[in-house]
Amino acid sequence: MPIIKGLRGALILSFVLLTGCSSLGVEPWERDLLAKKEMALTSAPIDTALDDHIYFSKEATSGGRSFGGGGCGCN
Amino acid sequence: MQLKKTKPNLKVLLTTASCALLGGTAQAQSDEGWQFDTAIMHYAEADRVTATEAIIAGQKSFANDQVLNLKLTIDALTGASPNGAVAQQTPQTFTRPSGNGQYTVKPGDTPLDDTFKDTRVQLTGQWTQPLWQNYTVSAGGNFSKEYDYMSASVNGNIARDFNKKNTTLSMGIAYAYDIIEPEGGIPKPFTSMVIGDSDDPSFDDEFDNTRKGGDDSKSTVDLLFGITQVINRQMIVQFNYSYSSVSGYLTDPFKVLSLVNENGEAQEYLYEHRPDERTKHAFFGQSKYHFDNGILDASYRFMTDDWKIDSHTIDVRYLIPFENGHFIEPHVRFYTQSAAEFYQPFLEQANALPEYASADYRIGELDTYTVGVKYGMPMGSANNLAFKLEYYHQTPKSNGTEEIGVLKGVELYEEVDAIIAQVTYSF
Repeated sequence: MPIIKGLRGALILSFVLLTGCSSLGVEPWERDLLAKKEMALTSAPIDTALDDHIYFSKEATSGGRSFGGGGCGCN
Repeated sequence: MQLKKTKPNLKVLLTTASCALLGGTAQAQSDEGWQFDTAIMHYAEADRVTATEAIIAGQKSFANDQVLNLKLTIDALTGASPNGAVAQQTPQTFTRPSGNGQYTVKPGDTPLDDTFKDTRVQLTGQWTQPLWQNYTVSAGGNFSKEYDYMSASVNGNIARDFNKKNTTLSMGIAYAYDIIEPEGGIPKPFTSMVIGDSDDPSFDDEFDNTRKGGDDSKSTVDLLFGITQVINRQMIVQFNYSYSSVSGYLTDPFKVLSLVNENGEAQEYLYEHRPDERTKHAFFGQSKYHFDNGILDASYRFMTDDWKIDSHTIDVRYLIPFENGHFIEPHVRFYTQSAAEFYQPFLEQANALPEYASADYRIGELDTYTVGVKYGMPMGSANNLAFKLEYYHQTPKSNGTEEIGVLKGVELYEEVDAIIAQVTYSF
């Protein structure tokens, strides 16, 4: 089952990253730049939604950043 | 923000409307937690489809970091879309998907069905809240309806913070159910398009013989696993793996393939047929870096599926702020995909019919790029206005199919140009 394989892969990857990442990061008082709205991973969600809708209907790939979307019969 | 009671503005009206929708009794004037984002976007392809999409999204923060997001999307599509048939050196006549009437395509032109028209309304809601220490949960739903299509979905997500909130692990699951109900019904795979006098009494019977029913459906299960990591004061990265499994009716009921003779001349148009299952795996990585003079947002996605489509997407934006609060953000995006294993630009009479086939260029070999720029400025207290203009180009490519006879003299892989213009206003 590819789904089990995927789950197991994600768990292993998460574990490796978690242990490896514990030395990374900042203290709470060093978050001045990261706290900016523009530094959010999806800083313009409306733009992202509109872009996703265009590319969903024009290309064979969707999702990745978040759920695959869809919800339209747009051709 | 202080709202003037004597002069109700848009925000007050929308807040009142939102409260009414939620069944709340709160006074709009005392309820100041709503933040609205609005946008109108126009997408126009040269000689093909145009779409206009409007969005209004509201976000309300409650005590204890609970957040409600509501979004209304309305879009209207009109124009012409490729029907899958190949260009010819003679005029070609096609029956509309509804069975009502026909259209003729000029010699040398890529056949486009110009009856493409739809209006869609979509409602989205999402509730997010901390659950217990270091955990955030979220649940939401989506409903979308257009004339011949309905989609409903639900989703649930959970995230946990580690290492002083520098690392976040998340997972989500979504389920969607879609129903397609095209006017004229669902065509039987590989039946031949009936072309003739649609006023002839026998036409309707012949047309109905190519139909297998009035509607069909598909269901989608999505799983998403993500890790977000703060690297240092300037940098944050994210990696996602997502799994998507779709089953049901995945064929496009409006698309055909030309069945050509040994000289490449179209003899018939057969309705396409795609597998009724598709499993996709996507790997997505994104990084944001805060330089002294701007913010870099770069992402890469690799997708692979059991239709044998692989795709790569690179998206890069660089936000440059000015001292007066304005900003400019150039954007480039590159995308490339390989063809689905059952993609064929046309079918040949000399060959046996395959189990599946589609001539839809969007599942063929395809390269695209987007270049654009966004310009934003603050408007008064906490309001923002932004404009975006982008150019999108598609280059469909041959998957290696040999062009025969007259097909050597026509364009089988026509490029597409589109302009995307967008205005957003947040208040």
